[in-house]
Amino acid sequence: MSAIVSLKNAGVGDGASLAASVRAAKNPYVPFPSKVMDVIKHTQKEYTFRMHYEGDVKPGQFFEVSVPKFGEAPISVSGIGPDYVDLTMRRVGRVTNEVFETYKGQSLLLRGPYGNGFDIPLYAGGETVVVAGGTGVSPVRGVISALAQMPDASDKYVIVGFRSPADMLFRDDLAAWDKALNLTLTVDGAPEGYEGNIGLVTKYIADLPLRDPKTAKAVVVGPPPMMKFTIIELKKKGFVDENITVSYERKMCCGLGKCGHCRVNDTYICLDGPVFNYTVAKDLMD
Amino acid sequence: MGYVLSSDGFGQVIDRLLETYRVYAPVVKTGAGRFTDTDVVMYDEVHSAEEIELLKKSDYSFKEFLTPLSETLFFYTEEQVKEADLPDKPVLIFLRSCDMHAVKRLDQMYLANGKESDWFYARRRELVKFVLIGCGQSFDNCFCASMGSNETKDGYVFSVDVRDGKIYSDVKDDAFASVFAENAEREEQVVPLHVTENETRVHIPEKFPLSILKDPMWDEYTTRCIGCGRCNFVCPTCTCWTMEDVSYTDNGRVGERRRVASSCMVDGFSTVAGGAQYRKTQGERMRFKVMHKIYDFRKRFGYDMCVGCGRCDDVCPEYISYSNIIKKAAAIAEAGEEEKA
Repeated sequence: MSAIVSLKNAGVGDGASLAASVRAAKNPYVPFPSKVMDVIKHTQKEYTFRMHYEGDVKPGQFFEVSVPKFGEAPISVSGIGPDYVDLTMRRVGRVTNEVFETYKGQSLLLRGPYGNGFDIPLYAGGETVVVAGGTGVSPVRGVISALAQMPDASDKYVIVGFRSPADMLFRDDLAAWDKALNLTLTVDGAPEGYEGNIGLVTKYIADLPLRDPKTAKAVVVGPPPMMKFTIIELKKKGFVDENITVSYERKMCCGLGKCGHCRVNDTYICLDGPVFNYTVAKDLMD
Repeated sequence: MGYVLSSDGFGQVIDRLLETYRVYAPVVKTGAGRFTDTDVVMYDEVHSAEEIELLKKSDYSFKEFLTPLSETLFFYTEEQVKEADLPDKPVLIFLRSCDMHAVKRLDQMYLANGKESDWFYARRRELVKFVLIGCGQSFDNCFCASMGSNETKDGYVFSVDVRDGKIYSDVKDDAFASVFAENAEREEQVVPLHVTENETRVHIPEKFPLSILKDPMWDEYTTRCIGCGRCNFVCPTCTCWTMEDVSYTDNGRVGERRRVASSCMVDGFSTVAGGAQYRKTQGERMRFKVMHKIYDFRKRFGYDMCVGCGRCDDVCPEYISYSNIIKKAAAIAEAGEEEKA
């Protein structure tokens, strides 16, 4: 959890002096322009925008991407390079629709990065399973790529599911991951003649050839029902709550813990998450 | 330092203060109530003491200067983003003790939740000084005594009580002493009026079981609540907002970024791109709101969010009583404790 400052013992009027100190600081709502360096088209609806960015950022964190006249949308970081971040967007909202009209060479306005992100060293040395569904692959793409580089990559298992073969994201990465670690790629459904795996990601958990599920680590990201049933399967397999990490998607208008939309119980997904240990996440009820 | 003033003397004090300050206070809007021939008490900028309503409870809270229903943050063109200007004339806001305690809740959210503070809120907050309106009696649906917000001992520059047609003021800020001294009938020690009990009382348990979130008690509100969000908009501690851009019709690449008040009771509050929403029924939304006010905020910050002003009860078109909801939830929590014991 992020450090929480309580005004519990402050006087009811003490905020005035705090306000004065804030005004001297930089306004965190001012976005910065970032050049679109490249556009990678995955499907009809999903593109990755490679945006110029130099600064600290972790997989699982997100940026508020804005397009004047449409507003802002929280988009997770799907790739990190020396002078760029990848933002993978699906054409589903007002903001993302407009972004798709903007191409290479143009700029988008960004704020961020926000949120805690994944702690990659946690997965070094030891059996690890990543289960990701659909656009949920974006926030864990950096984690999977890191696992693929690890010396014990043969102990890393990745199960990735998409709705159909046409919905697959990061095809180049999938091919590379298939070589480096144990990848199971599946689709919920496919046209006749499709030769790959067909079935939900949950189907493949029971058969994972793990030596010791009790100490193995898991990362689960995807639509809420997929996450729910994946965790049930992992626990059946012998995984313990402490070793499971999830990342949550919520509406976020600010990324700063102010707008209130992403709050669940006493937790702000944008500040305390979006990445949570399952011992915390299991008690978060919308 | 305390002063007793005639109403004329108080009028002169206000006139003098208006030279330096913009004054926001409860005012009666005749005929503007929710029903025919009813009035409403709302906050507005005033230009004389006569406009200020010191005796009635305000239907809406003071928060609208600090967190306007709609606030332009930026003006943008294709290439540039510029922060909207804000007039820097200082502001005096008249409010009651419950609202003074609510200021701390707003400060908590905007200035002290997360690593970065809200720059736009801070620049408004910095301009504001508060005037405490004493409460000679409790109003309908108030439960400030239960929430500990019935008394305010600091944070205001001066107080105003109406007693037998005179104005009694406790002047805390020395900068205001001379204008009072010049216009007062006499000096006298003043302790602002405050209530010590209300007809409505609630008791909030220290802990609620996790099962309260799934309790059938919330189902009732799925059928009763119409999701209008008025309870949020009158609440002095509700802070949620949504970012919205507007563009000018003459040139669609030029426009404003605004934030507008948002309500967790209204459709769309939790809707993400693609249309999924995390709380679909009014019962779930009621639970989300109420548990925040009496539990979730406290788990995060150590004190309750609700200040017991009762405006949500006053305003609900379906006559849903929030204080009754607290009582029901408390009874369920306490019954659970007894079972365990």
